[in-house]
Formats: sequence, C-alpha cells, structure tokens
Amino acid sequence: MKKNLLKPLVLSALVASTLSVEAHRAWILPQETQLSGEDRWVGFEAAVSNDIFVANYHAVRFNDLVVLQPDGDKHEAENLHTGKYRTVFDVKLEEEGTYKIFTASTGMRAMWEEDGERRMYPGRGEQYTEEGFAENVPEKADKLRIMQSSRRMETFVTLGAPTNETLKPTNTGLELVPVTHPNDLYSGEQATFKFLIDGEPAEGAELTAIREGTRYRNSQDEITAVADKKGEVTLSWKGAGRYFIEVEYKDDKAKKPATERTGSYVTVLEVLPD
Amino acid sequence: MKLIKSGLMTAVAFASFTQAHAADFSVSVEIPKLDVAEYHKPYVAVWIEDNRNQVVSNLAVWYDVDMRNAEGEKWLKDMRQWWRRSGRSLEMPVDGVSGATYGPGAHDLEFTVGESPLADLQPGDYRLRVEAAREVGGRELINIPFSWPQSSEVTFEEQGSSELGAIELTIKP
Repeated sequence: MKKNLLKPLVLSALVASTLSVEAHRAWILPQETQLSGEDRWVGFEAAVSNDIFVANYHAVRFNDLVVLQPDGDKHEAENLHTGKYRTVFDVKLEEEGTYKIFTASTGMRAMWEEDGERRMYPGRGEQYTEEGFAENVPEKADKLRIMQSSRRMETFVTLGAPTNETLKPTNTGLELVPVTHPNDLYSGEQATFKFLIDGEPAEGAELTAIREGTRYRNSQDEITAVADKKGEVTLSWKGAGRYFIEVEYKDDKAKKPATERTGSYVTVLEVLPD
Repeated sequence: MKLIKSGLMTAVAFASFTQAHAADFSVSVEIPKLDVAEYHKPYVAVWIEDNRNQVVSNLAVWYDVDMRNAEGEKWLKDMRQWWRRSGRSLEMPVDGVSGATYGPGAHDLEFTVGESPLADLQPGDYRLRVEAAREVGGRELINIPFSWPQSSEVTFEEQGSSELGAIELTIKP
C-alpha cells in the first residue's frame, strides 16, 4: 500500500529534477516538422533519456502542455497517453503556418539549512507557488540561497510555409527567437538563433546541440556555442536529422529576494538534407 | 483510370497551346524505368530560379492531383527544394502547372517566354531545376544553368543517376 502511494510522487519528482539539471535529457520529439497538404496530423513523443532519441528512462508527465496554432491561439493536443517510458500525443494541423508545442514554468527555488539539515523549496515533485514560497522559505537561515529559475521545453512544426506569430517571445524566462526559422533548417547551411532571458539578450548562454542517433555512434559529437552580446549563436549542422538542443543561462540579475537567475531551454529541431 | 484521363487532358491542353505560339523553350524530362518491387510514379517539379535563388517560374508539378481530400498533396514536401523555394507558398493545384504523374519515358514540355507559366525572363543567368521524389523510393535534383537570351538555338543536357534520366533544355532565340 505504502509503495503504491509513493510511486507517482517519485516519478514526477524525477522528471521535475531532470528538467532542471544535468544528467538526463528531456525532450518533445515531433515525427515530422515540415508538412504539405491539408488537415495533417503529427505525432509527438516526450521522454526523459540520455540516448537521443531513445525513450528508455522515464516518460515526461506534463503539468501544462500548450499547443499554439499559427494565429497564436491555443490548440489541442489529442490522444495523450503516458506509457512506461514515453508520453505520446497528436496534433492536428488545420491551419497553415507554424505551430509551437511547449511546456514552460518560472518560479523561485530556495535551499537552506535548519538545525544542520538541508531544506529546499519547492520540495521534490512540488510545484512552485508564490504562497507556498512565502509560507515555506524563511527570511533568514543558514546557507540560504534563493534562485529565480525558468524552464522551457518546446518544438515546432509547420504546415505549408513557415510563419512567425507563434515565435514571438513572452519575455519571461529563457527563450529562442528565430533569426533562421526553426522549421527551415538544411544541413549544408548555417542557422542563427537568438536567446533572450526575460526579454533581454542572453549573452553567455551555453548551447549544446546533439544530432539524433547517438546510440549508433561512439561519441556524442555535439555542437557547442556561447551566445554573443546580442544573445545570438550560429550553428553549422553535422548532417541532416533531428537535433536535441539544450541551452543553459545563469547570472546574478535576479528579482529579489533571489540572488541568482537561471534559465534552461530545450528544443528539438529537424534539419533536412539539402 | 482517373490519372490517365487527366494526364491526357493536360497533354491536349499543351498541344493546343503550342500550336498557336512558337515554342522557344523546351524541356524534356526522362523518367527512368526502375526494376523495383513496389513502383510508384514519381512526383516531379520543374522550375526556373534566377541567380539569387528566387523562383522565377514554376513550369510543371506532377503529383497525385486527383486523390480524394487533396491526399496527394501530403507528399509534395518530399520534393524538398521545390517545396522550400516555392511549393509551400502556393495554393495547389496551380492552373497550367499541376498535372498527374507520368511513368517511365521522356516527357516533353514546351513553353513560350512571357506566356504563362513561363515568365517574361529578363536578360541574365538562370537555372532550370528538376526535382523528383518517389514514394518508397529516392529523390534526385538536377540543375541546368543557362543564360537568357541565346543568340542561336542551343540544347543543354544533364543526366540523372537515380530517379531522373536525361534532362534536356532547348532554347530558341
């Protein structure tokens, strides 16, 4: 009985922690990204795993999966199902243009010690709320560290010609703004993306891009880049395929009472052969 | 059955069109005979780009135009370059450009500069591009650079190696 009750808690905690830190990678993978015709469906998989893109560790459990249709309005994800290692869902593309599929959150995290014991807020599997923060985090404590953190995980699919309405930044957290459209990528060409942290260029943001199929080669063969003053990075692709892209940002320009600001961003982009 | 009918209609339309006007721009597209277990006639796009990679004219797009619910449009994007340069911004089908798919053999297309679908070309450098994509098969793109106008009749030739055979472009002054 006890075991059964604990299980869901442990699972969601694992996903929550892997979205924010090292070790494992969470992703939303579209089957196709550029489509033609009318009323097309695209299938997605969302999982946490080290192998890109082999779902063999944990399914992503969404608290807030959002699908934006090309005009910027919300659209539905259908047939959502969570299996052992992956969550799957479908999106029906009824309008021409670029759809954005994402989950994002912002909040404060705190760590401190009480009577020599480590405490943190939000606790494992817990969601940040302003009230929860006020209730749980002491104003003064041993080794008190407060971080303003944001996470975003997203991907894009386009029916017909790419559009930009859904790519407008919200100016909250770490976000990708296209210079090169994310559904217009080709292996022989370079692509430039701009990253914003709370609406400002995320200078120094560190990007890692890994092409799919890591299981079938001996190295990660990753592409790394650091955002310049304008928050921009330019990538030269290592061949066609779907790429897992992760960006991390950190500075001390946090909203009080936080003293650190962190942003984490993950996307999956498809690069087509020339 | 439907496919054959519409293919014939396209041919008839072309014939009457070319009788009235002297063709000065001919393209021959050869589709190779392939020895494969499952054969589908390829989707083919023929278009002209200027030296800034801008599409000047779409000359032909052969696909499953007659499938129910525009289902045939589902694979248009497999002609990746054409889809990117032009197709994704078009409303399909396009009059005088779209047509049914063709099987193996050489297929001749004739155009007159300045008459739809071939634009009134300004003097300059261009390239003819022919892209083929076949269901459960491959994809091939052939480019033929040319200058417009030409002082005498000239034929440019390129040979495909997988999904396309001989591609010929003949320009009359």
